[in-house]
Amino acid sequence: MGIIADRLKAKLNQALAPQQLEIHDDSAKHSGHAGAREGGESHFSVLVVSAHFEGLNRVARQRLINTTLAEELAGPVHALSLQTLTPDEYAAKK
Amino acid sequence: MSAESDVNTFIDTTIKGHDIVLFMKGTPDQPRCGFSSLVVQVLDHLGAQYIGVDVLQDNDLREGIKVYSDWPTIPQLYIKGEFIGGADIVREMFQSGELKTALAGQGLIEA
Repeated sequence: MGIIADRLKAKLNQALAPQQLEIHDDSAKHSGHAGAREGGESHFSVLVVSAHFEGLNRVARQRLINTTLAEELAGPVHALSLQTLTPDEYAAKK
Repeated sequence: MSAESDVNTFIDTTIKGHDIVLFMKGTPDQPRCGFSSLVVQVLDHLGAQYIGVDVLQDNDLREGIKVYSDWPTIPQLYIKGEFIGGADIVREMFQSGELKTALAGQGLIEA
């Protein structure tokens, strides 16, 4: 994984103690598109499974992540596609 | 538009004056971003009437809507004045059938 992905991972781990965390760099799919950077690491999709999401609606869950990653979103990360699940929801999905 | 208050007034009036408002990059006919395009396709598929506001036309608006909604990205969907979310949330709500139920429940599409 790249430097940015590592940073996303470290911050999400610290803030949300996820049971499951998957970070995919989708930048190659967007090369040439506005916001894509040379070397990738501009477009990510992220799956976070965390007990911190219990009782929160989708907007609140994403706000939690947006706040956690505010620095990266204001900088190198152009697009972040999020899936936010509680452990129960994740188990039901499998 | 220049002053922050003008932008907020514009957003407020638009959201309150229309049942479904999509703040997006480009227009419903010509979306200029994959995430905006996805929400357009969902709304069209459900047969919803909505207005698209192209934030690329005005940088104050583009930044203003992020502050107004406390949401850092575009697109942003509002239904009956309520912030629903961005592309990920719209996609999830579409896939689960919640979006259709919500729109039909408010008489915005045929059930």
